[in-house]
Amino acid sequence: MPDTKIPRQAMPKQRPKERIRNFNEVALGFSAELAQKEAERCIQCKKPFCIEGCPVEIDIPVFIELVAEGDFESALAKIRETNLLPGVCGRVCPQEEQCEIVCVLSKRFEPVAIGRLERFVADWEIREGKMDVPSVAPSTGHKVAVVGSGPGGLTVAADLARLGHKVTLFEALHKPGGVLVYGIPEFRLPKAIVARECEILEKIGVELKLDFVVGRTATVDELFEMGYEACFLGLGAGLPWFMNIPGENLVGVYSANEYLTRINLMKAYLFPEYDTPIRVGERVIVIGGGNVAMDAVRSSLRLGAKEAHIIYRRSRKEMPARDEEIENAEDEGVIFNFLLNPVRYIGNEAGRVKQVELLKMELGEPDASGRRRPVPIEGSEYKMDVDTVVVAIGNGANPLVPSSTPGLETNKWGYIVADAETGKTTKKGVWAGGDIVTGAATVILAMGAGRKAARSMHEYLTTGEW
Amino acid sequence: MFRIVERQRVNPEVNRFVIEASIIAQKREPGQFVVFRLHEKGERIPITIADADAQAGTITVYVQELGKTTFEMGRMNAGDEIADVIGPLGNPTPIEKLDGEVFAIAGGVGSAEVLPIARKHKEAGNKVIAILGYRSKDIVILEEEFRSFADEVYVTTDDGSYGREGFVTTELADHLEKGRPIAEIIAVGPAIMMKAVCDLTRHYNIKTMVSLNSIMIDATGMCGVCRVEVGGETRYACVHGPEFDGHKVNFDLLLKRLASFKEEEKISLERYQAAVGDEHTPWGAQDA
Repeated sequence: MPDTKIPRQAMPKQRPKERIRNFNEVALGFSAELAQKEAERCIQCKKPFCIEGCPVEIDIPVFIELVAEGDFESALAKIRETNLLPGVCGRVCPQEEQCEIVCVLSKRFEPVAIGRLERFVADWEIREGKMDVPSVAPSTGHKVAVVGSGPGGLTVAADLARLGHKVTLFEALHKPGGVLVYGIPEFRLPKAIVARECEILEKIGVELKLDFVVGRTATVDELFEMGYEACFLGLGAGLPWFMNIPGENLVGVYSANEYLTRINLMKAYLFPEYDTPIRVGERVIVIGGGNVAMDAVRSSLRLGAKEAHIIYRRSRKEMPARDEEIENAEDEGVIFNFLLNPVRYIGNEAGRVKQVELLKMELGEPDASGRRRPVPIEGSEYKMDVDTVVVAIGNGANPLVPSSTPGLETNKWGYIVADAETGKTTKKGVWAGGDIVTGAATVILAMGAGRKAARSMHEYLTTGEW
Repeated sequence: MFRIVERQRVNPEVNRFVIEASIIAQKREPGQFVVFRLHEKGERIPITIADADAQAGTITVYVQELGKTTFEMGRMNAGDEIADVIGPLGNPTPIEKLDGEVFAIAGGVGSAEVLPIARKHKEAGNKVIAILGYRSKDIVILEEEFRSFADEVYVTTDDGSYGREGFVTTELADHLEKGRPIAEIIAVGPAIMMKAVCDLTRHYNIKTMVSLNSIMIDATGMCGVCRVEVGGETRYACVHGPEFDGHKVNFDLLLKRLASFKEEEKISLERYQAAVGDEHTPWGAQDA
């Protein structure tokens, strides 16, 4: 029975003082009891807006009702009908802007914690030691190449494999998952969760080819020569942006990608047990206000930094990071500096960064993004001592695949031109989606793009019509 | 996993490995490299491909023992497996018939990197002059291979124990003074050696390409650690290089960035040596 008098259930978390000394997951997840209590809040709308709010269209009310009934197995099976990555999505999707923002309850109360429930059922299965492998349609005999094993690629691979196509997933790194493994820290998304979701994919027949750099090891045209009939490019936005200010190449100035890759993929926080080092020092500043910046700054504290700062050129209101992550960072003691922009870095004799010069900003008129534009306050420069700088201002398009694929059109920023509804590119048989099309966005948007592309690819494979 | 077919110690600090990596063997071109990760706890390090046998499906690399990973690799043998070999990476060296001579200049283990480039220049119909520099006689490698195709081969050693006493620049300076018709120079070796070559050839305005050995992780453009300044602009050695116009490279910055993790590298190496009970100090580590 829906009961709107029950408050939205809080997520149990590791205490801030403890969690900044380890890389274990911060949010501990619902117990079965909490999950059922939360699920009972759902009023089972006749016209559920939450489904429309979900880029991969999970049948949310049905799965929640099954949770309320205590049938967690069926709840998970319901989610897996449209989403093979519930453990990932339940953790890193911006639910507050998607399914939860449109929840009818949010008008008078707080929305149902859909993301936390999704995570709960995914974790429940692991705790039970089960693995529900979804059924797969009979083989169609068609071969598909999916390039990049991030959220977009994983979705395409899952959808097409379930439709009976033979899918090979090509990954340049030595582990599958893309940004889920190199970018998002263990304390927000345990790597075992990603590994498990990739394992399910292999169980439904997806072949994983790691250490394979499409654009170098083989070009897209060579994949077609190898017998693949269709190709999805889920390359991500993998070329870090810098601000092009003096001193940015000093030692100790990291791109967020380098910093997080050392930590997450290469486990530098376990150096010297693991061979990849990282050096953090006492004061770290992270430039930027997105989720990646939050991940980097919170990692810094865990690596032993005495002070970890966010330097953001607008105000807190404009910060693109999820509220939950900003709050987690605040609780952990991250120092937020708003309306500030670095103008240059100053190094010591060894070429290592020792200071940053910062310029104060004020907010002017809204710009094209609708956010108020930061305007420098002249003469407001001042210096701050730093040991480490992390530049987390976004990523551009990696040129490897576009430059080695004739006929594949890119726009002026180097992103691949693809139809928003189908993911079709300008090259026959090639689809693209995720950050390499839209620029840096979220995990779930890449998955949504993958879902649309998979539909279009299935149609092409079965009809031959482009 | 990638199996080591052959391991041979070619001098006290360098091992030659032949490794099964079929796709890379068929695809690679001179100037390209691979990234190794030895095992689950290993780091990712770039190594230039010296040679390949497309039919056998093997690549050949020469690895100098400089730090923990290369030292550990030097203790691997035929039959052992490397967890990851990724490539071929980087842009192939552009090679065409040139109007003039090509000088291929190598320092130490850099000779393994220059060898395939020099050989392809020869195949393209260019006159190839090789200048190979080493610290001393007992670490000279690949001299015979260069002599088998190059038009002229000069060897220098820092201590004069073999060939001409001095650096590659000592030898090169004579050729420059004689006004030889040099169309292009390719120089590969320690950053400090490439810098010295560029400082010399700059006065003669001779095109000098260098292959930059910056620190890399993913080596596909994603992490940005390998960034170098070329002509005042930031470039990524892995996707834009590894070869650049040496006269435009900011070598001072490169040298500082190469030393980024010197202390950590020392800790890592000493820890490993203590664990395996090997007190042999790699020569490169002494220099660093």
